[in-house]
Amino acid sequence: MSATSNASEGFSVARPSAWTRIMQVYRGVSTPRMRIYGTILLAIVLACAFGPYFTGYGINEIHWDYVDHPPSFSEGFPLGTDSNGRDLLTRILHGGRISLTVALAATLVSLMIGVMYGAISGYIGGITDEVMMRVVDMLYCLPFIFFVILLAVLFGRSVVVVFIAIGAVEWLDIARIVRGQVLSLKHKEFVDSARVLGVPAGKIVRRHILPNLAGIIIVYTTLTVPRIILLESALGYLGLGVQEPMASWGVLVADGARVMDTAPWILFFPAAALTLTVFCLNVLGDGLRDYFDPKTK
Amino acid sequence: MLRHMLRRSLFAIPTLFGVITLSFLLMRIAPGGPFTSERPLLPTVQAAIEAKYGLNDPIYIQLINYWAGLIQGDLGPSLVKRGWTASSLIEAGLPVSLELGMWAILVSLIVGIPAGAYSALHPGSLVDRSLMSVSVVGIAVPNFVLAPVLVYIFSITFSLLPVGGWGGGSYANKILPVASLSLPLAGYLARLLRSSMIEVLAADFIRTAIAKGVSIHRILFVHALKPSLIPVASFMGPAMAGVLTGSVVIERVFAIPGIGTTFIDGAVNRDYFVVLGALVVYATLLIVLNLVVDLAYAVLDPRVQMD
Repeated sequence: MSATSNASEGFSVARPSAWTRIMQVYRGVSTPRMRIYGTILLAIVLACAFGPYFTGYGINEIHWDYVDHPPSFSEGFPLGTDSNGRDLLTRILHGGRISLTVALAATLVSLMIGVMYGAISGYIGGITDEVMMRVVDMLYCLPFIFFVILLAVLFGRSVVVVFIAIGAVEWLDIARIVRGQVLSLKHKEFVDSARVLGVPAGKIVRRHILPNLAGIIIVYTTLTVPRIILLESALGYLGLGVQEPMASWGVLVADGARVMDTAPWILFFPAAALTLTVFCLNVLGDGLRDYFDPKTK
Repeated sequence: MLRHMLRRSLFAIPTLFGVITLSFLLMRIAPGGPFTSERPLLPTVQAAIEAKYGLNDPIYIQLINYWAGLIQGDLGPSLVKRGWTASSLIEAGLPVSLELGMWAILVSLIVGIPAGAYSALHPGSLVDRSLMSVSVVGIAVPNFVLAPVLVYIFSITFSLLPVGGWGGGSYANKILPVASLSLPLAGYLARLLRSSMIEVLAADFIRTAIAKGVSIHRILFVHALKPSLIPVASFMGPAMAGVLTGSVVIERVFAIPGIGTTFIDGAVNRDYFVVLGALVVYATLLIVLNLVVDLAYAVLDPRVQMD
């Protein structure tokens, strides 16, 4: 859509196409550092998505002759096996699927709640804003991790519960950020003119304000995903996350920690996968933030 | 300032109310109870026990009773551990967790602030680059990964330090848990301080001070450090909360009998009053810590007006 015409507003606005904009951002953020870590991350994601089809083992395929077997290419276990004789590489890739999916889903949940809440609060303003922000302040004081733990303990240890719990508590930051941005945008000339033309409030927010927040939302998403990966892994480590036969990286790290004196690779490989992913995401998030919000550099 | 503090303290009441009501309801609608076990009790016996603890009253009566007890400082009995009350369990665990958290914060400040300041003074130097690489690793490695790795190196390979336990609070038992809690924090602090101090050092008032002939140490420690610490102070709120939550995991890893262990065991066993008590303690701690951070913020930054 190179030019959008809107009959109700009575004039047309030339906008750069989405693709032009994406390429512009890409050129802006594409430093060698970003490209390196971006490639590593892409490799991890692709490996987790498609790798399990190629390792030749099922996630729970047990080889009794190879319990706690050290890494060995010649015997077909490149990262060794775990205490139940299962191929560690396969389990790490499956674990990555779960960790990444949960993190992405939870981030989307928190994004939806947070953006909506922040936009409403900031745009309406006045007493509504005051009340809504006091509620956020109050929620900030709640010891949330304990609620997540409580939820995980009380309502079965399923992936769904975990990600709803995390997504529902991680929206506070984004709500604050979006509200601040909306506050500063809503008295800009282009918003005023839309309002004067009689565009309804909901449409002003959707069409004219939120698109301007895309950058900040992208940055926030990139920085939230690793946080949620860590949170979910911590739950998994405590034995409160996903349960056997499924495994997330946190669960695998916990399994490894139990046998690290005899079979350290069972700890080190999942730990490395987890750390590398979180690290790449943090680097990408920082790079994007420097681009979209140079002040915080 | 005083008004601000008062308002914030008043805020604590609805927050605590929310925490208690929410967790109370959550626990009661969850399946299972403190007296469900492999061998079910006779229904009459179970009813008698529940009556003893008032668990068969309507929920709102139970909530009111709990609040009435709380105001008098009574957190209720432990439903699972004979002879313990929620308060006595918390009193046993809290000092351990607090000590752990205190040391973690202290160590991260002692390590992070000089590291950040040094890097800011010598940006691009070898020391700066190595410090910043270490801090990035410190931030990215979660504490539940770092902790077992440290145990593997120092306890299993070199047999220098105990694998776990609290050992009555001996220093050897504290080193690894404190290190795993404070390394990420120290890394974060160092990076924050570095970037804010580089900015401050480029400011006009520093140039003026140099031109006036103020000694370099005075410039660093009096003129530059204070404004550079502002972002650090604002980070300390989330940081302390992070130590608090991180300690739940670390207590598990090292089998430390802190309040995090009390909380998780309580939740697993549906020990209602113990879980509620631990949550009340955590929420109060968070509120108090946020207040302290606000104060530190106001002290450091004269532009902050509190009304």
